[in-house]
Amino acid sequence: MSLSPVEGVALADIESSVDAGGPAVKGVVGRSPGQLAWLRLRRDRTAMVSGMLLIFFMLLGLAAPLIEMVYGIGPREQFQNLLDGFGMPLGYAGGVTGEHWFGLEPNLGRDIFIRLIYGLRTSLFIAFAAALITATIGIVLGALAGYLGGWLDAVVTWITDLTLAMPFLIIALALTPTLALRFYGERGQVSAAFGVGVLIAVFAIFGWTSTARLVRGQVIALREREFVEAAKASGAGLGHIVFRQLLPNIWAPILVSFSLAVPQFITSEAALSFIGVGLSDETPSFGRMIYDSLDFLQTDPAYVFFPGIMIFALVFAFNLFGDALRDALDPKSSR
Amino acid sequence: MARFLIKRLFSATLTLFAVSVLTFLMFFALPRDPVTGMCPKNCNPERLERVRTELGLNDPLISQYAGYMKGIVAGRDLGSAQGGRCDAPCLGWSYVTNEAVSDTIARVLPVTLSIVIPAAILWLLLGVGLGMVSALRRGTWLDRMAIGFSLTGASLQLYFVGAVLLLVFVYNLRLLPVPSYTSIFDSPAKWASGLVLAWVALAFLFSAIYARLSRAQMLETLSEDFVRTARAKGLAKRTVYGRHALRAAITPVITIAGLDVGGALGGTVITETTFGIQGLGRTAVDAVRSGDLPTIMATVLIAAVFVVLANVLVDLLYAAIDPRVRLR
Repeated sequence: MSLSPVEGVALADIESSVDAGGPAVKGVVGRSPGQLAWLRLRRDRTAMVSGMLLIFFMLLGLAAPLIEMVYGIGPREQFQNLLDGFGMPLGYAGGVTGEHWFGLEPNLGRDIFIRLIYGLRTSLFIAFAAALITATIGIVLGALAGYLGGWLDAVVTWITDLTLAMPFLIIALALTPTLALRFYGERGQVSAAFGVGVLIAVFAIFGWTSTARLVRGQVIALREREFVEAAKASGAGLGHIVFRQLLPNIWAPILVSFSLAVPQFITSEAALSFIGVGLSDETPSFGRMIYDSLDFLQTDPAYVFFPGIMIFALVFAFNLFGDALRDALDPKSSR
Repeated sequence: MARFLIKRLFSATLTLFAVSVLTFLMFFALPRDPVTGMCPKNCNPERLERVRTELGLNDPLISQYAGYMKGIVAGRDLGSAQGGRCDAPCLGWSYVTNEAVSDTIARVLPVTLSIVIPAAILWLLLGVGLGMVSALRRGTWLDRMAIGFSLTGASLQLYFVGAVLLLVFVYNLRLLPVPSYTSIFDSPAKWASGLVLAWVALAFLFSAIYARLSRAQMLETLSEDFVRTARAKGLAKRTVYGRHALRAAITPVITIAGLDVGGALGGTVITETTFGIQGLGRTAVDAVRSGDLPTIMATVLIAAVFVVLANVLVDLLYAAIDPRVRLR
């Protein structure tokens, strides 16, 4: 990211029109930076495979109720008759059968497959919501801080440094029950939607600073450029300069950071559920399932693998896609 | 140098002050009565009220905060119900564990240190080494293996890796005992065999991230002019890569390492939960579960101290490693 985006685009334009060969007979074809990035992404096999996988995961999550209908088993249904006297699922690999594709949970006897599908839905929803909110706050505050400087910049930088010093897991851990208590009282039944909302809020409070830091740095690098000066000279207001002149120049790194933030939130949500805050047992979640499975490592080792491999595949696909996106948007980066 | 250090320490103190105020407000000022959580189920109102007075919860917030801070710096008198006189780094008294919080911390801190320090040495050596080698051998099978390793490791979750390690080495092969902590001074062999799985799990995941980062940094440095100049004037490859390029490439890695190690020292919550070892992180989790405010406060503060100190240390290391950095 040493060269300015503008020069980068110009260079890339030249390179690709040389590569293109055949169609270039008609002369130089004008392509926007977005089109160029899309072309590079389409040519990248890793990007296409991981992208497909992501779309597949998202469809699975979105269609969870539909899958439940077809599969015929709900996430809270218990099959006690398929467990032995110690609460362990009968049969091989944790009770895998034609009816229960991934087997059953020990003790409660709930179906693992449908719980994973619903876990995917929760996980993706939380991660995308958190990433969208943090990106919005981070872009607005980061761009304003970088462009205006002064006290706003000082405050934003200071808060950013401060959140780095706060132990995220412990604070999130402490804050979640406190908030639940604040809204529901000592004995109130905390609803699932509330748990999800609190998690998103906690992620938003802690997550926006990294986007803000990135955007601020980019804006500082651009704010003295001629096109900004020209806009200022022709009487453009603050909003126009920041959001119409500066932001379109830095959408590439923002998009990359967004695509890499989603798997981070997926991981954080699972980690929080793993240490037992965040979502209640009612809401299926990867982290929670893995935590529960630790007690059965000796007796039902298959239980840990289904959620473990699922979350690995999800995060892996996101990371691969994020990397490919970075390569497509910034072909000169060495990664 | 001295001036830089003073400036840096001053801003570090300011950050710690802000963290302490924020944490304090978050837990003491939020409208949740901290006492109910600390008292066993059938607590009578008089006892609740007494605890409240002893904790000073009826005082204004500012004097509560001042009392807490004074306790850390100079120690304070907590009253007979809270163990009486509480010496210098006084972090309060826990009604849940019925001991001074500083005693709890003194007991669990060595556990976390024993997990993090060996793991950090392992992950830095492995990660940076792998990254450097794969940058120098760019495009070979070794490089591709390293990339594959780092991509996989960066997407794996510690609790899953930990569970698989436990399953294989403890429950199936029975090569290792169930993870636990023994003091290194009592028995170094037991200390190592009880913690080695935690080290391996942490080092595996972190070294993946470091391999990726240091590879990228090394590649960028190798394309810089000073490397070409050094080669052109006839320095051996070994000297150029090992001395000049490495020192420039490693500085950003050190920044991240400072944050990671500092953060990990503040409590490896997930690792400790997975392996069932009672360190700082596990203590924090338990404190949150039981609503043990003084302990929560203490663990958050200690975690922040580690991160901030690690950052100061990183700035100093910078100057020692990278000749282009001059501290002012």
